[in-house]
Amino acid sequence: MAILLLAEHTNGALQAATGRAVSAAKALGGDIHVLVAGHNCKPAAEAAAKLSGVAKVLVADAPHLEHGLAEEVSALIVPLMANYDVLVAPATTYGKNVLPRVAASLDVMQISDITKVVSADTFERPIYAGNAIQTVQSPEAKKVVTVRISAFPSVAEDGSAPVESIAAPAAVGLSTFEKAELTSSDRPELASARIVISGGRGLQSSENFKKFLEPVADAMGAAVGASRAAVDAGYVPNDMQVGQTGKVVAPDLYMAVGISGAIQHLAGMKDSKIIVAINKDGEAPIFQVADYGLVADLFQALPELEAELKKTGQ
Amino acid sequence: MKILVPVKRVVDFNVKIRVKSDASGIDLANVKMSMNPFDEIAVEEAVRIKEKGGADEIVIVSVGPSKTQETVRTALAIGADRGILVETADGAAVEPLAVAKILKAVVEAEKPDLVILGKQAIDDDCNQTGQMLAALLGWPQGTFASKLVLESGSLLVTREVDGGLETVRLKMPAIVTTDLRLNEPRYPSLPNIMKAKKKPLDVKKPTDFGVDVTPRLKVLRIAEPATRKAGVKVGSVAELVQKLKTEAGVL
Repeated sequence: MAILLLAEHTNGALQAATGRAVSAAKALGGDIHVLVAGHNCKPAAEAAAKLSGVAKVLVADAPHLEHGLAEEVSALIVPLMANYDVLVAPATTYGKNVLPRVAASLDVMQISDITKVVSADTFERPIYAGNAIQTVQSPEAKKVVTVRISAFPSVAEDGSAPVESIAAPAAVGLSTFEKAELTSSDRPELASARIVISGGRGLQSSENFKKFLEPVADAMGAAVGASRAAVDAGYVPNDMQVGQTGKVVAPDLYMAVGISGAIQHLAGMKDSKIIVAINKDGEAPIFQVADYGLVADLFQALPELEAELKKTGQ
Repeated sequence: MKILVPVKRVVDFNVKIRVKSDASGIDLANVKMSMNPFDEIAVEEAVRIKEKGGADEIVIVSVGPSKTQETVRTALAIGADRGILVETADGAAVEPLAVAKILKAVVEAEKPDLVILGKQAIDDDCNQTGQMLAALLGWPQGTFASKLVLESGSLLVTREVDGGLETVRLKMPAIVTTDLRLNEPRYPSLPNIMKAKKKPLDVKKPTDFGVDVTPRLKVLRIAEPATRKAGVKVGSVAELVQKLKTEAGVL
């Protein structure tokens, strides 16, 4: 079985999501070729070549591929699929944008957001925001699959696959990139961080996120997330949202601070290995899923936590 | 300009769903059904464009069992002009690819300039239909939209992407899928609900469009997710850090 895997990268830097999608592809069994589509994306291709289990890296480098527009990337992938049985991509906003366009062009039904590979044609995926798990089998001649990256570990970076340039088709030209307003941060990426600390409406303001939550995040080397309530209240931007309609995370440690635990938030973090809840309301639903709960005023607990982490050399 | 808004009838987002004990599906008996929340945002956006003079007709289309007429009427009450229901058998789920094929046929008949859809239905969580429709029509797509600006002959779409926001310019006609922050849908007023009952609603069948809605994928089972148990309460921050280090080993 030949597998084509669409790499996720930004400005030439390979994203961790790619390595996680590779481990899902490995579970399918078969030769994995990684496609890096972009412009001046050689560093991403070189990084992809190191991912364990990758047999070959294909690089399509062209100005019209620079911004990953779905119309352009899809036009690149569809003819390539003549040589592959499976197309895999991480279920990031990039993969979710591009893959259904490819699937429809190939006249196949996509399998979205898989959390487990049962066999080469059978997968588990969450439905109803993770309140049910569907086991689905695809008899399609070609399979198009997006992978929930929080459900798969990354692969080692000890490979040395050959990198091959391929020609990009002419620009489709239906869409053009205008601008990006990306949030810059020195902290780990939310979707792939080992530790995540999230704040809710209990933080009460944008200033309090900075003053109370962020120092604790930095003391642990954690990514910062937020509940939808905190996003809707305007404390933090939407790309920090953890939940059914935001990002789904499954870190080793998830700390929910001042978050009551609405179903929509739980859907985004309940697969975390260890969950800690800090909330002054001892009856808050978040405590029903937390491994460790601390009933406390977060404005006292967070500075104490920061001091404790620094004291114990974390 | 004409806008087409496809909508889906789903289990209301406030309902806690129950998995059937034989793992064959979700128990839908006596469960409250509503319009998919992302589709409500799509209808609202179309109505706002029309209210600002940017469109002269909004057509709603849905694919589903006969009760889906209620969902179409809700969209008409928000401010759309007429509806089309492509009626399918009760209890038979129609996959995004089949829905996209029906929508393609509707687009070819109705010739809208813009199609606005929800980015994802909250039942099957597929997030495919808009992108698939764009592919089948050969139109550009602006997915996960948080802002739309219409210019002559093109559309600026600000998209919610993983790292923040991205703005793309699409040639018209185009497909847009909505994210949560595009707008806050209004509640239809009682007079508008009454008026919506008199608005035209055509009922068709998938075969009218020559589309086979037989599922391609085989659902083997639907199960409850693994549940988490509540853990322990700790008495202090120091105890918490100590437990995370020694017991959980995550710090």
